[in-house]
This record gives sequence, structure tokens and C-alpha cells, in this order.
Amino acid sequence: MLKRKDLLGLKDVSKDEILQILGCAVEMKEVLGRDVKKTQHLVGKNVVTLFYENSTRTRTSFETAAKIMSANCTSISAAVSSVQKGESLIDTGLNLDALLTDVIILRHNMSGAPHLLARNVKASVINGGDGMNEHPTQALLDIFTMREEFGDDLRGLKVVIAGDVKHSRVARSNIWGLTKLGADVTVVSPRTLLPTEIDKMGVHVCDKIDDAVVGANVVMGLRVQLERQQSKLLPSVSEYMQFYGITQSRLAKADSRAILMHPGPINRDVEISGAAADGDGSRILKQVTGGIAVRMAVMYLLTGGKA
Amino acid sequence: MNTLIKNGFVLRDGRLQKLDVYIEGSVIKRIGANLAVKADKEVDAQSLAVLPGFVDMHCHLREPGFEYKEDIDSGTRAALQGGFTSVACMPNTSPAVDNTAVLKYVIDRAAETDNCKVYPIAAVTKGQQGKEITEMGKLLEAGAVAFSDDGRPVADSNTMRLALEYASGFDALVISHCEDLSLAAGGVVNEGFNATVVGLRGITRAAEETMVAREIILAEALGCRVHIAHVSTAESVELVRAAKARGVKVTCETCPHYFSATDDEILSFNANAKINPPLRLQSDVDAIIAGLKDGTIDVIATDHAPHHSDEKNKEFDLAPNGTSGFETAFSVGYTYLVDAGHLELAELVDLMSRNPARILRVEGGEIAEGAVADITIADLDSDYVVDSSRFVSKGKNSVFNGWKLKGVIKNVFVNGKEKEIRL
Repeated sequence: MLKRKDLLGLKDVSKDEILQILGCAVEMKEVLGRDVKKTQHLVGKNVVTLFYENSTRTRTSFETAAKIMSANCTSISAAVSSVQKGESLIDTGLNLDALLTDVIILRHNMSGAPHLLARNVKASVINGGDGMNEHPTQALLDIFTMREEFGDDLRGLKVVIAGDVKHSRVARSNIWGLTKLGADVTVVSPRTLLPTEIDKMGVHVCDKIDDAVVGANVVMGLRVQLERQQSKLLPSVSEYMQFYGITQSRLAKADSRAILMHPGPINRDVEISGAAADGDGSRILKQVTGGIAVRMAVMYLLTGGKA
Repeated sequence: MNTLIKNGFVLRDGRLQKLDVYIEGSVIKRIGANLAVKADKEVDAQSLAVLPGFVDMHCHLREPGFEYKEDIDSGTRAALQGGFTSVACMPNTSPAVDNTAVLKYVIDRAAETDNCKVYPIAAVTKGQQGKEITEMGKLLEAGAVAFSDDGRPVADSNTMRLALEYASGFDALVISHCEDLSLAAGGVVNEGFNATVVGLRGITRAAEETMVAREIILAEALGCRVHIAHVSTAESVELVRAAKARGVKVTCETCPHYFSATDDEILSFNANAKINPPLRLQSDVDAIIAGLKDGTIDVIATDHAPHHSDEKNKEFDLAPNGTSGFETAFSVGYTYLVDAGHLELAELVDLMSRNPARILRVEGGEIAEGAVADITIADLDSDYVVDSSRFVSKGKNSVFNGWKLKGVIKNVFVNGKEKEIRL
């Protein structure tokens, strides 16, 4: 059981809590291999996914996880809800409380929105990605995937995170989580897509992906949005691919057992070559399946379940 | 009506002296030890400090147009609560104070409420659009004390140059909120490690500093006055310091939150800490204090920016900028500057009273025989914990909420008349 109401980010979560979630996720993953994927972990609980941004993986993953555990699951999209009538986030949250919601999974385009909601509702709030801040369950499933591959002890594991780090909540959550577990993290991106003083988060910063990937155990790509070109952060997609893109030839410089990860959605041949994404080292789809187990564990432990 | 303020410690010649102050009508008639005069009313100021009333040269009273945030009555009562006897309010109302009709409305409303003195600052450009300059001559005749587009800085350099040049013909003051909006690029907090940690869009300090440099260079080239609003970075202080050393006619202000708070306040997504310019780093706080000590910074202004709680209780990106400032300004100054050992009380009072009065060329700012009886009495030994829900201002949005501060305002006199203070 987690002694907290909400999971808002990995910044404020202890190493022990991370290990507890990941340990529980191993048990949940076993359920996913069964013919009949159904447990009683959340019987009688009401789970709502409240999404102010588009999502394929995260939303479906949470809903699949909730349904496997026998929760009642409702999904709300801001685009087709009272948000369009001007209802505030807090008012929406208060109404979800009144609708007897136990867990709210919030995806929001603004950093800190889940923190605001959590302060104002009785339900547990799980951050399903907020602005450029955090996406804790994504990082947990990334770390889960790394542990499946390299064993439970991640100390010294060389992880390279490449792409639009500045705008990435996935990068931030991974950095908080991985550094707590002792991994050796390097970020690489054009200077315009690098957050200010990111080195103070305990990571190495590298300008050249060819240098960064040498000997890496994990290469994690991040999506580079095409809009970045309009906002003058990048000259062109083709220049990005040439100097920063993840390709088979660059992956060949990594450790021979290195894996390629990506939180999705991928932009083929923008930040990652199609061949690399589909290659032997790619764990991109394995991450997605592991994500169900991790989200089962998070919801179970937040609602009082014992690991 | 005559009033005798007895037994207080009066700030005279830079130090507190045990003196009585006798007020006749709206004027300080006599100052002396154990004055033997009969007055209609006696105020016992035993163990209290008797100071010139504070003058705030940068605040937002929100009326007309945004009365749900603040109005002239609530705002000026809040000002009195903070010991301010005069305030200069910014023109970003709706409609904006860019013509004499709206200006006169503000002046008339202030006269009707009869709380503290209100000196309206008019817009530099019509509609604060940054295109055509306002009718500065008419606005000055109607009572404007200065010109500023405040939160909507004049982006076009030539427009600013012409505004400064035109204003100088009337010897009028232009106040510049220095922010290059293209550099600010939609940011909401100081660009730095804390912005990275919470994933909020940062504003480079260069957004402020490039415009501070521009205004200084323009004022220097034209030989005219300019006042820089709410200086928040170490480099801005240095730019002003160097300009003053060259003899440029530049003055500047900072605000209590820039010498007491850092961007650590945003780590919890506290929207009351969303202020423009943003809260900076401890190194900036230190530089601001150094600038206050050596006279580079002339004025402490509040930038009192009241907002409705529903507006602030929103996603950080959506919350409006600003902190309620009137009712905490003196205590923050006293606690973080005087009690902390950086400034003498007299220096703090100059920054909050004499200097802004001189820069705006309005009365007040001194306790002297023959001077107007704008007086604030404070208890310097008492401390309290800020509870913004008890503010007189409608704006409960205070970055100082929950802070323990020293220095409590006890009595305020405007034109010799004692005003009501909530104790």
C-alpha cells in the first residue's frame, strides 16, 4: 500500500515507493499472460480517465488495467465534456467526487494541473502526463522494461535520452526515477530543445548523439514535434535527423545488448528511423504491454492494496 | 480640527526622536518635545514610530472595468491599511486611462471615496496599443502624474523614443515596464533550474534587461527622464547603476517580493507566486538589496495586483500575474531590510515615501513643520503571520500568505485626518 493519496510525479516519490510499485507490477504482469485476464483488485472502485489532451496508449492502458482489475471505468475527454462549456478543472473534479469517483487519471497540457486537482478533490489523482512536467507512469513502465531486460539493479546502467528534452514530461519523470535508482543518464538534443540547467538534475548533457550512444545500454528516443520548426527551435526535420536522429548505424555504436525505447507516438524518420524502430533491439511495443501491469500496480496500491 | 500625536518616536533627520507632532487642519504645524498645546484630539503614540505616510508609485486599483478584482474604494482602503497615504495607479483598466474622461473618472471616484490620495498614471499610447501616443498635455492638465503602458510595454523602439521625447517637452515622467515580449516568449516563470524542475515555461532574464538597456540608451540620447518599473534582476540593477554613474536621468523601483522571495515559491505550483517580472534567484535578491543600499534603486513600490481568487485558483499557465501588495509592503520591507540589518529605518522610509513623492513631484514624503500632514504610525516591535483572507483588499492573492512579518501599521493620517485601520 502506498501511503499517499496521489501519484503526481516521481520527483516526490521515494526510491522505496518506486521499488514497491515495480515489484507489484511484476505480479500484475503475470496476470496479463493468463487466458482469462481478470482480477478482483478494484472491485467496486470507480476509475475515471479525464483527458484534456489526445492520447492513444496512456488512456487505453489505464482503462485496460482498470477493467482487468474489475473497476468501473469511465472516460471523459475535455473535447466532448462540459469543459467546452467553460467548466473549470476544479469544478470538474468536484463533480467527479460527487459522482463517487475513487481514482482520477488526469492528462493535461499544462504543468501542475494534476497538483491543482489533487489539492481540491477527495479522489486519488494519478498524473497521466501534465504539460512539460511529469508523466510518472510512463517512466515507471520504462524502468520496468529496463529491469526486465537488465535485472533489478539499475545502478550504473547507461541510459541515453535523445530528442525534445525541453518539452518532454517523459524525460523529466525518467530522470527523477532513474537517478533515484542509480542509473547513469545522458541527455542529448539540440541546445534549443534542452531545458535550462538540466545537468543539475543529475544527468550528463551531450551535444553529439554519436558520442552519447557509445557503450549505452538503453537508447530512449523522444518525440520531436513538427511544430518546433515553426517556433524556430529547429531549422528543419531533415537537419534534425541528420545530426540527432536515432538510426541503426548510431545504435551499432551502443552496447551489443543495448535496447531501443520510445514512449510513443513515434514520428518515423523524424526522430527515429523506421528501421531502428522495427529492429531487433527495439522494445517499443514491449513497453506498451508492460505499461498495463505498471498501471494496475499503481491503481491497486493507491487504493489501499497491499503489495 | 487639530490633532496632537504625543509620545511617539518621530523620524527626523534620519533618526527616531521622542517628539510630539501637532497638526492643524491638513498641515503639520509644530514638532517638538512635550508640546504644550491643546488639541481637539490626542493620539498616544507611546513606543510607536511616527513616519511620513508611504507613497506607492505603482499599483493597480482595477476600476473602471475590473471591479470584481478591486475597486477604487477597496483598493485605497487596503492602501491605508498598509500605511500608504498616496498611491499612483496604473492605467490598464477597461477602458484604459488613455483619455481625460477616464482619467477624470478615476480622480472623481477617488475623491468620493476619500480614503488615501490617488494619482493616476495615464497610458503612453492610445489603448496601450503601442502605436499612437496619448494626449499627454491634456492628460497632465487633467491630473496625470506620469505615463506608462505598464504590463503592455511599448515594443516598438521608435514609438518609445518619440514618447520620451514628446513627454520631455512637458517635463513629464514616463515609466517603463521593461519586458521584450518576443523574448519572454509566453513564459510564466523565471527561466532557470526551478522552471526546468516543474516543467513551466521560463522567461529569460534578457527579456527584462534588453529593454532596461534600451530605455537607458534612449533617455541618455534624448537627455530626458525615464523611470524603470519593478527591477527584478541583478543585471538590471547594474545597468541602472552604470547609467546613473554616467549621469543619465534614470530612476527605478523594485517591489517587496523581489528582495524577499525567490522562484522557489513556484515549486509547489503556487499561482500566487506567478508575478511579472517573475520571482528570480537568491543572487538577484542579493543584488536588489545591494541596489537599495547604494541608492541605485530609488523606490520600493508595491505593484499591488489584486485578482479574484477564482482566477488564481487555476492551472498555473492560466492564472493572471501579480500579488496583492499594499497590506504587506511595509512589513516585508521592515522585516527583510531593516530587521535583517541591510538598511536603516530612515532609508526604508525614504524608499517608500520621500523618493517616490519627489520622483512623481507630489506632496508628502516628510515630517516637517509646514508640510502636509500625511503620517503613518507603526509598531516596529510587533510581528504577525500574514493571513491574506483577512485583507481589506479584494485581492487575497498574496505570495506572502503565511509569512511571519514584523512591523504593524497602527494609525494613518491623510491631510491631517485620521483614517480607519483594521487592527
